[in-house]
Amino acid sequence: MSRLSTKTLSRGAAYLLVGGGALLMLAPFYFMFVFATQSNAAIFNVPPPLWFDGELGRNLQTLTTRLPFWRNLGWSLYVALMSTVLTLLFCSMAGYAFAMLEFRFKQPLFLLVMGTLLVPPFMTMIPNFMVMDALGWLDTHRALYIPGAAGAFGIYLVRQFAAASVPMELLKAARMDGCSEFGIYWRIALPLLRPALGTLGLITFIASWNNFMAPLVVLRQAESYTLPLALRSLQATVNTEWGAIMAGSAIATLPLIVLFVISSRQLIAGLTAGAVK
Amino acid sequence: MMMKKTRPSFRLPRAWVPYLLLSPFLALFSIFGLFPLLFSLWMAFQSWEPTAGLEAMRFTGLENFIFVLGDAWFWKALGNTLWLAVFSGLPQHLVALPLAVFINRAFGRHGHSVAAAYFLPYITSTVAIAMMFTSLLSTDYGLINALLKWAFGMEAINWLWQPQTLKPAVAMVVFWRYVGFNLVLYLAALQTIPRELYQAAKLDGAGSWSCFRYITLPALKPMMLFGITLSIIGGMQLFEEPFILTNGRGGPDQAAMTVAIYVYRLAFDFSDFGAANAISWLLFALLATMTWLTNRAFKDRKP
Repeated sequence: MSRLSTKTLSRGAAYLLVGGGALLMLAPFYFMFVFATQSNAAIFNVPPPLWFDGELGRNLQTLTTRLPFWRNLGWSLYVALMSTVLTLLFCSMAGYAFAMLEFRFKQPLFLLVMGTLLVPPFMTMIPNFMVMDALGWLDTHRALYIPGAAGAFGIYLVRQFAAASVPMELLKAARMDGCSEFGIYWRIALPLLRPALGTLGLITFIASWNNFMAPLVVLRQAESYTLPLALRSLQATVNTEWGAIMAGSAIATLPLIVLFVISSRQLIAGLTAGAVK
Repeated sequence: MMMKKTRPSFRLPRAWVPYLLLSPFLALFSIFGLFPLLFSLWMAFQSWEPTAGLEAMRFTGLENFIFVLGDAWFWKALGNTLWLAVFSGLPQHLVALPLAVFINRAFGRHGHSVAAAYFLPYITSTVAIAMMFTSLLSTDYGLINALLKWAFGMEAINWLWQPQTLKPAVAMVVFWRYVGFNLVLYLAALQTIPRELYQAAKLDGAGSWSCFRYITLPALKPMMLFGITLSIIGGMQLFEEPFILTNGRGGPDQAAMTVAIYVYRLAFDFSDFGAANAISWLLFALLATMTWLTNRAFKDRKP
């Protein structure tokens, strides 16, 4: 065999490997959606069903009798939106200050912000519970969206972007025209920061939507559960209703897939921003 | 644009503005960051029955730490965690790095679209995913056993209900979830390597292995450090995947009880907040040491 054709052959094999790997990665999602449309009995067939059926409505009905499902979905949406809005506001304020303004203690304060990145999330699990208990915030949703709203990652993201793309001259000019400092932030810097805020908003929404540990510790009543907690509460009930669980999981996953398809490039860039030297 | 002063406006002194902009961070950090951490450190030295109220707290010195270090369950949880961190973390990099090199060479600038399929598990809900895998791994009706039987005629494996298969199953789910993230990291690093370097090396007669060994690998080193550090930090804190796959209990013979799960159970199932906080701080110290050692290992040894 000539050198060229062995080369094309091995290249073809490599393409197959990469493509096959990608299919393997996506397969669990495919079956999540397939099982969501199957009756519980059909899922237990050997071999299991490989294609969609028409039982989605029935599965949703089971889901809504076992759980306050739509309410749980609503809480997830509410918490994710609240944490997104607050994060964008607080992180843009702090990030803008670190990038554009000069003040005493700027360096130590920034070191403090970055230092909070070193604290592993599970370290705050128990003390967080104690603080919520002391504040009387247990079983409330503000316990989920307020504490992390001025997170170091967001502040860092905004600071980096602002330093690179908001020209200092613009601020000087606005100052000379008599614009207030807060006006400069709100009317000049914020619009310029829009791309960074878009990325940060996406990341915050997704993280909040998926959050499991904080609601697990803070929320008590099924009525106030967010989606991940509600789904998990279906585990190990006497008859595990896999069709219903998969329908719920599919609904919890679908918004993220849509967000990802619309904005994968921006999202990946933001999530890996910490790696940029 | 003219910004005439038409109203008598009250203006904050300019020096205050930065602190005002930082005030949400400072307030939230003090209440929900610094205070809880100090409180947790303090609690690690106390004996406390939560139902008896805060007054029942009693200083016991190092007793919690001594208890934890003599506790067989703690060592078991630590062993499990290390096992899971190694066998889910190492394969992530062993697969992601060559895959990234190949995707970059074959697809160039479009590599990111190919990598997207691998990245999707990273952004989706762990709970939904773990529930999905619980179904896929179920013994009698799970798709994975059905496929193994169809392809190799294998007997059904009791994946989640025997210690020797539970650990690999959890590691596989974790691998599946994070391999794409590392792939994207490596891809990003590869795209910053100038093509001229390879052309020059080719002219000097370098083969593709030497190119990889002497150009690609050194250029990827900072990203490897970053990715491996993240894998260690994440692996040592594994919580959600084993928690869901074992229904919150750690599985048969506690084979998938990680340190984070043990901390959770100590506090919320057994009400031992003192010991739980002591373990948190022990794990933090271990994590800091491991991160430091990784950084040292990757440091260039200059002559």
